[in-house]
Amino acid sequence: MVPIAKRLAALARSTALVAGFALAAAIPMVSAQAAQPEQYFPLQSYRVGPYAAGGTGFFGGFIDYMNLINLRDGGVNGVKLTWDECETQYIVERGVECYQRQKTHVPGPSAWNPLSVGIAYAMIDGVTADKVPLITIDHGRTDSTDGAVFPYVFPLLMNPYSESSGIINFIGSRLGGDAKLAGKSIVVLYHGSPYGRETVPIYKLLAAKYGFTVKQIEVPAPGTEQESEWLTIRRTNPNYVVLRGWGVMNPVALKTAQKVGFPADHIIGNVWSNSEEDVIPAGGAAKGYIALTTQATGTTYPVVQDIERLVYGAGKGNLADKARIGSVYHNLGIVNGILNVEAIRIAQAKFGDRTLTGDEVRWGFEHLQLDPARVKALGAEGLFHSINVTCSNHEGDGYVTFQQWDGAKWVRISDWIAPDWTLLRPIIETSANKYAKEHSITPRDCAKETVAAN
Amino acid sequence: MSAWSFFFEVLVAGLAAGIMYSLVAIGFVLIYKTSGVLNFAQGAMLLFAALTFVSLHERGMPFLYALAITFLVMVILGIAIEKFVLRPMINQPPITLFMVTLGLSYIIEGSAELIWGTQVHGLDLGIQDEPMQIAGVLVSQFDLFCAAVAAVMVAALTILFRYTRIGLSFRAAAEDQYAALNIGLRLPFIWAAVWATAGIVALVAGLLWGARTGVQFSLSLVVLKSLPVLVLGGFDSIAGAIIGGLIIGATENLAQVYLGPYIGDGIDSWIAYVVALGFLLVRPSGLFGQKLVERV
Repeated sequence: MVPIAKRLAALARSTALVAGFALAAAIPMVSAQAAQPEQYFPLQSYRVGPYAAGGTGFFGGFIDYMNLINLRDGGVNGVKLTWDECETQYIVERGVECYQRQKTHVPGPSAWNPLSVGIAYAMIDGVTADKVPLITIDHGRTDSTDGAVFPYVFPLLMNPYSESSGIINFIGSRLGGDAKLAGKSIVVLYHGSPYGRETVPIYKLLAAKYGFTVKQIEVPAPGTEQESEWLTIRRTNPNYVVLRGWGVMNPVALKTAQKVGFPADHIIGNVWSNSEEDVIPAGGAAKGYIALTTQATGTTYPVVQDIERLVYGAGKGNLADKARIGSVYHNLGIVNGILNVEAIRIAQAKFGDRTLTGDEVRWGFEHLQLDPARVKALGAEGLFHSINVTCSNHEGDGYVTFQQWDGAKWVRISDWIAPDWTLLRPIIETSANKYAKEHSITPRDCAKETVAAN
Repeated sequence: MSAWSFFFEVLVAGLAAGIMYSLVAIGFVLIYKTSGVLNFAQGAMLLFAALTFVSLHERGMPFLYALAITFLVMVILGIAIEKFVLRPMINQPPITLFMVTLGLSYIIEGSAELIWGTQVHGLDLGIQDEPMQIAGVLVSQFDLFCAAVAAVMVAALTILFRYTRIGLSFRAAAEDQYAALNIGLRLPFIWAAVWATAGIVALVAGLLWGARTGVQFSLSLVVLKSLPVLVLGGFDSIAGAIIGGLIIGATENLAQVYLGPYIGDGIDSWIAYVVALGFLLVRPSGLFGQKLVERV
């Protein structure tokens, strides 16, 4: 059976990789001068367990992009990208074990990309001490947006508060303008975990600002039963339901919504409720469902086509199933790859075309400014909008868009929408300053650093 | 909507959810009843069955063929577990056997992912999951179908246990294994038959849960929902599994809706265990479980 053969081959490759590292450790200094400089990425991936579908897509996309850079460009300005994977199964303890193991790699890690709120939280102190950046694309602590307090944490493109704001702005646009939000009723159905609870305060604030009523209902993880929650929603009869789910909670929500007669096109999913894996199991119940995303789906973008042609053409594609190329998680992995690689490129411009330290890569992330023209030059026009990371803003003012499931594929139904950054910024700073006090951190003076750099 | 009609809707939805828990619990009961083993691998078997069926079906195999082959696979799996895992463990303490099934659950889950991959699958059994009004109360057609399946399964298992020769052997083995051996019953055969039957129950439960949640790894976690059902209903009673499921399902829903606003959301994740613990204190063998009387 081909999939088994592929999986066994992947297992053999991993084993060979481990054996290779052992051999490398045993035979020191083998032609060190002749070796191409490398930039190493430790990947705390999850390819088995309940969240494997998301893990294989995201890490598959990330690896595919790094392979593209190596195959097409010979690396980043001659520096080859390397990586190894450590299986976490999305379990925090395993993620921390992987961190302890992988951080000893030589050369040291460029950046960490765990794609897990729990693992990311557990690593913040460690990476700060190690001086290696921690990337939490589309997730993580909202207050880590404030680079003055969190110099090594980067919730790139979108933090949870921006996501909430983007969703409310979208609902406002569906109603005919933000003013029409007044008097409306919105239910937020959230995952019973720190990730799910992260946005509880911001929805209260947004409700107060726009005058709508909000009811927030927690679904115990993993969310395989939601009868009582949806009956409560039915009784509340809201105008919209915001689904802040993860994993099995999402299809069950859509199925149960259908069961109680709530229309799918009035359910707005967040960024972790927006994949094919969330809607396909729900079958017809998902038709019409809308979800937020920071990156578009599909294979029409030059960078995705390059991956398909050059990486998969060379038999180096990471996805076992080629049909998943261009899916939500795969494209998110590709965008994550672009952001990591561009941070390296930007840092190289300052520090030289060589293997960079984690701290130097951090500088690259802190100057990661990709305007729409640069995004286009990277072959990603329309795949994502832009990013503008600074010392004080580690999110980078990412834009969001909305897609609707037509029963077979996602269809984009909105333009790129900007969250209400001015509303969110004071809350982020307050929370970050509180964190700084609790952890005896002296915040950096970003204004001074920026002036000094110029 | 009146308060009473809403109350009945919550109650009916809870009972329907409880039936889903019962379907899983029945698999536990079958094994425990005849061999005294608490089979923690039942959830993994459920995942394996659903994943095998849906993967075969997605590869173009007609529904009934895929069902028949999965049925066969589950029977073989059940027999293999008995022969290669449990038979060598005969006479080991119950906690050892429990740990064996715990390990087995990881092996089955890993094998399922290795063979069929980690992708999430949809499963359409052709039964609508849309609401309909019965006496002013919202009821799902799919829930009614599940209730009918559970009723058929209980009836079939009752007939099997009470009116067939193999069922009589099951009961004899459950009553006293040494006495059963003395009268010439082949215990390994009986246990293999029970494990195969549990495999078939896992297939039925897996298909119904898979149609509701999608076929994905989380299916193996539904065992956690059935544990309080077993405590409440008794580990060795099929009727207890059904009644226990109904009570747990209804309690979860009613508590979440009516107590949740005062205590906090998400109480349906633990309220079932509160009820089960309460029953344990009053009636340690559960509602319908056999009371152990030992001569000292």
